[in-house]
Amino acid sequence: MFAFTYHRPSSVRKAAALAASVADGKLLAGGHTLIPTLKQRLAAPGDVIDLGGIPDLAGIELRGRTLSIGAMTRHAEVAASPVVKEAVPALAYLAGLIGDPAVRNRGTIGGSIANNDPSADYPAACLGLGATIITSQRRIEADDFFTGLFETALEPGEIITRIAFPAVKKAAYVKFANPASRYAMVGVFAAKRTADIRVAVTGASQSGVFRWTEAEEALKKRFAGRSLDGLSLPADDMISDLHGSGEYRAHLVGVIAQRAVEAAAG
Amino acid sequence: MPIVTMTVNGRPVSADVDPRTLLVQFLRENLMLTGTHVGCDTSQCGACTVHLDGHAVKACTVLALQAEGGAVVTIEGLGAPGLLHPMQEAFREHHGLQCGFCTPGMIMAAIDIVNRHGNELAEHTVREELEGNICRCTGYHNIVRAITEGARAMAAPVLNRAAE
Repeated sequence: MFAFTYHRPSSVRKAAALAASVADGKLLAGGHTLIPTLKQRLAAPGDVIDLGGIPDLAGIELRGRTLSIGAMTRHAEVAASPVVKEAVPALAYLAGLIGDPAVRNRGTIGGSIANNDPSADYPAACLGLGATIITSQRRIEADDFFTGLFETALEPGEIITRIAFPAVKKAAYVKFANPASRYAMVGVFAAKRTADIRVAVTGASQSGVFRWTEAEEALKKRFAGRSLDGLSLPADDMISDLHGSGEYRAHLVGVIAQRAVEAAAG
Repeated sequence: MPIVTMTVNGRPVSADVDPRTLLVQFLRENLMLTGTHVGCDTSQCGACTVHLDGHAVKACTVLALQAEGGAVVTIEGLGAPGLLHPMQEAFREHHGLQCGFCTPGMIMAAIDIVNRHGNELAEHTVREELEGNICRCTGYHNIVRAITEGARAMAAPVLNRAAE
């Protein structure tokens, strides 16, 4: 790690002011991406602003039909939460698939979303459920939030405070995990909320999480796995690496999407 | 340098640290608690597993400063010579170790599993839950046995159990 100055502000306002006042600051949530990145010297921020000292950034609450999860809420808390299991069971299930138990005890939903790793799980849930990302400055719809590989609509110094999910029961996440890293080779989050049908795919595309609109269209006729028969994605946009070629991943998206839809329709 | 304050195995500790100091370095190099090991240093192997505020974490991927105000329990905080924690005793009894390098992390992870899943553990649960703890001697068979037995033993009342 390169040297940095450490800050532990006690409020979002102070954290945002700090982030605005330093030239090269980085926000630290659970640290399970940032700390490994710092260790490998792939990042060299002058200032690290730890959000761990801000108590009101964590917590889960259901208000009406909206499930609101604080940005610093750990994956393990989401996975075990009776409130999440009741309101959006697929979301609790997804959180329980991230990393391993010790990683889930540190990693946070806000950190995962802000990082937008192309193989991360939470971005698929946000896009698949049509979540709203609430920041220190504004509300951003998930459709506008994930803008590309490790890219989001967040401005420098803007801090995610909460994520608001609609309570959707007819939803499922199916993950085809890399057997070594447990990151998604392909993960599909499928959901149906009245007329709103969403199929979000993570792990596959070089541009990060995306909505498979052709599949969504096909599912409007009938929300069943069979409706996706014959649909395919172009392989050239897919991640191609030692774990699988672009063609392999494109095919896998179709298979996993069918399973996700079947599970959601269940 | 910033000062970090936490309790480790029930003892308040405080030190000036370079912000880059990892929790595992702080434990091993400042406090000389070398029972917590560094295996991969990439949050995969679990040799560095300790409890922070009651939950298993990989101490190689937590800054010491992030543990400010927290309560840390390491393998040294579990038992004492002649008075092993029931999980340590189960690892000894069932030969849940070969070289022993992964053992402190295995035991801290095991107790976290019991805390979350209770004292009657299915073998499948233990194997799933050990996803983040790697034994390169491939001694999983006895480790899993030790954990299921240790979990049961933890339900029995024990006098003078330390820290946990």
